[in-house]
Amino acid sequence: MTPSWIALIVLAIAAAGFVLARARAQAAARREARRLHSLPNYYGWTAAIYAAGPALLLLAIWLVAQPIATRSLTWPVLAAEAGENAVPSLMMADVQRLASGLDAAVATGRLTAEEARALPPEELRAAMAAQGVALGSEVTPATRDAALRWRRLSGTGDLLRGIVVIGLALAGAAWGVSRAKPDFRARNAVEQAMRGVLVSAALLAILTTVGIVLALIFNTIEFFRLYPAAEFFFGTTWSPSFGGGSELGILPLLWGTLYISIIALLVAVPIGLFAAIYLAEYAHRNVRSWAKPMLEMLAGIPTIVYGLFALLTVGPLLVEAFGRGGYLGLGWMQGGTAVMTAGLVMGIMLIPFVSSLSDDIINAVPQSLRDGSLGLGATRSETIRQVVLPAALPGIVGAVLLAASRAIGETMIVVLGAGAAARLSMNPFDAMTTVTAKIVSQLTGDADFSSPEALVAFALGMTLFVITLALNVVALWIVRRYREQYE
Amino acid sequence: MNDMRTMDNTVLNETKITARDVNVHYGTTHAIKGVDVDIADRTVTAFIGPSGCGKSTFLRCLNRMNDTIPGAVVTGEIKIDEADIYDSRVDPVQLRAKVGMVFQKPNPFPKSIYDNVAYGPKIHGLAKNKTELDEIVEKALRRGAIWDEVKDRLHAPGTGLSGGQQQRLCIARAVATEPEILLMDEPCSALDPIATAQVEELIDELRQNFSVVIVTHSMQQAARVSQRTAFFHLGNLVEYGETGKIFTNPEDSRTESYISGRIG
Ligand SMILES: Nc1ncnc2c1ncn2[C@@H]1O[C@H](COP(=O)(O)OP(=O)(O)OP(=O)(O)O)[C@@H](O)[C@H]1O
Ligand SMILES: [Mg+2]
Repeated sequence: MTPSWIALIVLAIAAAGFVLARARAQAAARREARRLHSLPNYYGWTAAIYAAGPALLLLAIWLVAQPIATRSLTWPVLAAEAGENAVPSLMMADVQRLASGLDAAVATGRLTAEEARALPPEELRAAMAAQGVALGSEVTPATRDAALRWRRLSGTGDLLRGIVVIGLALAGAAWGVSRAKPDFRARNAVEQAMRGVLVSAALLAILTTVGIVLALIFNTIEFFRLYPAAEFFFGTTWSPSFGGGSELGILPLLWGTLYISIIALLVAVPIGLFAAIYLAEYAHRNVRSWAKPMLEMLAGIPTIVYGLFALLTVGPLLVEAFGRGGYLGLGWMQGGTAVMTAGLVMGIMLIPFVSSLSDDIINAVPQSLRDGSLGLGATRSETIRQVVLPAALPGIVGAVLLAASRAIGETMIVVLGAGAAARLSMNPFDAMTTVTAKIVSQLTGDADFSSPEALVAFALGMTLFVITLALNVVALWIVRRYREQYE
Repeated sequence: MNDMRTMDNTVLNETKITARDVNVHYGTTHAIKGVDVDIADRTVTAFIGPSGCGKSTFLRCLNRMNDTIPGAVVTGEIKIDEADIYDSRVDPVQLRAKVGMVFQKPNPFPKSIYDNVAYGPKIHGLAKNKTELDEIVEKALRRGAIWDEVKDRLHAPGTGLSGGQQQRLCIARAVATEPEILLMDEPCSALDPIATAQVEELIDELRQNFSVVIVTHSMQQAARVSQRTAFFHLGNLVEYGETGKIFTNPEDSRTESYISGRIG
């Protein structure tokens, strides 16, 4: 029985349990009207939950656990044959392929169950080829034995799985139905179950994050085994070469990231904040009703479009002004791709983040505070500067830090606007690149995934993650400190 | 106006505020309907009336706080010291420095207690130096009957005070700018009897120099602190006169019903 069939049967049992338990509760209610603790549906739901919840959970665990168990029970068969540098996972993969090939052959009737068991190892490869399963090498007797054992074990496992899961569902349903008596607090039971669902959703989100972080950490450790950490963190040259002998210093990339982000924030924070203040405090309702969505539309533009804008419009415009022979006669800029180009465009991209959030935050400042200030004879801008903005500050800091982490994580605009040269330079009109852009280029090449040149992407990602995390922690700290002071 | 009874002629002081045919609309709501009133200098005037009758609205006309409400339209004429406050040459910001206001709900700024009180004086440059500012703040807090409670924590946040303390802080904040007229919208609704008595004392003291207009739902309070009382009903000024007369011998039957608790 396949897992999906089992799940369907469990759900059917749950539905039956629902109907039965509800009917039972209703019958009891008819006899002793008003004595029912909860509405009949709640009794139905308890039975359904008792039936489906544990059974489906067990099914999920079983699906994960069975292959692991089977593998460890099968391995001893192969272990004798495995040489010095055998890779167990590769050998087991062959076994699994053979086992599932035999399964398929039996299922399609090409082989009888008897034949599948008795076929000598030499004939197996041909038989599998006929089934469309390509095996890399001749099948050794040990592999065949292992595959047969695998088939036997998983056959038993599958059977057991069906029996146990469905049995559990039936037992749950029966228990749920038997508890459907008037004084059973079905409503509270359902409440508990709801709570369980919510808790597990939260847990899932946290566990996923932990999983991602763990994956990052393991690969980063792997990288540092191949490449010295000190050179990674303090190296000032970034020149990966897939032939070996790369220099993978993060500093030029970090510098590029910071430089571009700072320029972007210098553009986005004042403009966004002023726009927010105008919208929240001065704009007429009608102006606001179209101006705010317009600003927010900026946030909906895909970043690749901003990248094009940087490459095709902003870059050339800047070159005209600051480039060699430009009308300012400065000659600071060599080409269209530069920190300035990417920073300006990224700043434009971030304006709506800052303005939209700040606008909401400023609007959330109670009108009574403004009234209090105006009532004392303060002007509008005095009120904004001395009462509204201080009250809104924690939120605004949050908005700015959010924009900062967007800036640090942004990739497309950098690739198209800032160039690909990893360089440590003070000149904002030089081409530079960032951590994210380099992660992309390290992984899109055809590098071997276990080489330091590819694994460095994880170390870069980890560094970015730590920086953004630190940014968030700082934001929280600022907000909390401010709260203590004023609330 | 038909709704306004002529008050008896025992004018206590000269007139500070004159309102003629004042109407306020909030969009389609007609909140104040043709109100005429003369408010005397150095007098406490109480506005009473059932909830929603327009007391706060009329009070806000007197310092042009209605300007800040989108959709509020004020017509008619209001003069303070013979000068029309709705004249286009009048700067509402200047006006509000002269006509202080304490709001229905306490609204301390998210600043320290000291900065709350110092806010107005700083904006209007009332203090030349820190010592003077300190003096102004202390005096205002004393007048707000809250000095003893906060003198040891002047730099703690004003929002951390209890509701009643916050309201007294707001009173101190309004008094600190030395307004000529103080508008108080139910200043005691969040206060306990002791603090109420202190605020009432303060109001009585303020009367020496200022004219005070107070909105209250407490008949006893109106009777205790005010010299004149105005009764509003459904946007109309029904009756206005000496407090003693309004409470003992009202002319309008609606006033009598309200005072004796039959409408409200
Ligand atoms: N900002 C506003 N927008 C629209 N209508 C308003 C606004 N403020 C007040 N109103 C309306 O104006 C009328 C008078 O309100 P006002 O607040 O002046 O009453 P009040 O006498 O102060 O009542 P209370 O004793 O409950 O404070 C009410 O009908 C109210 O609904
Ligand atoms: Mg009111």
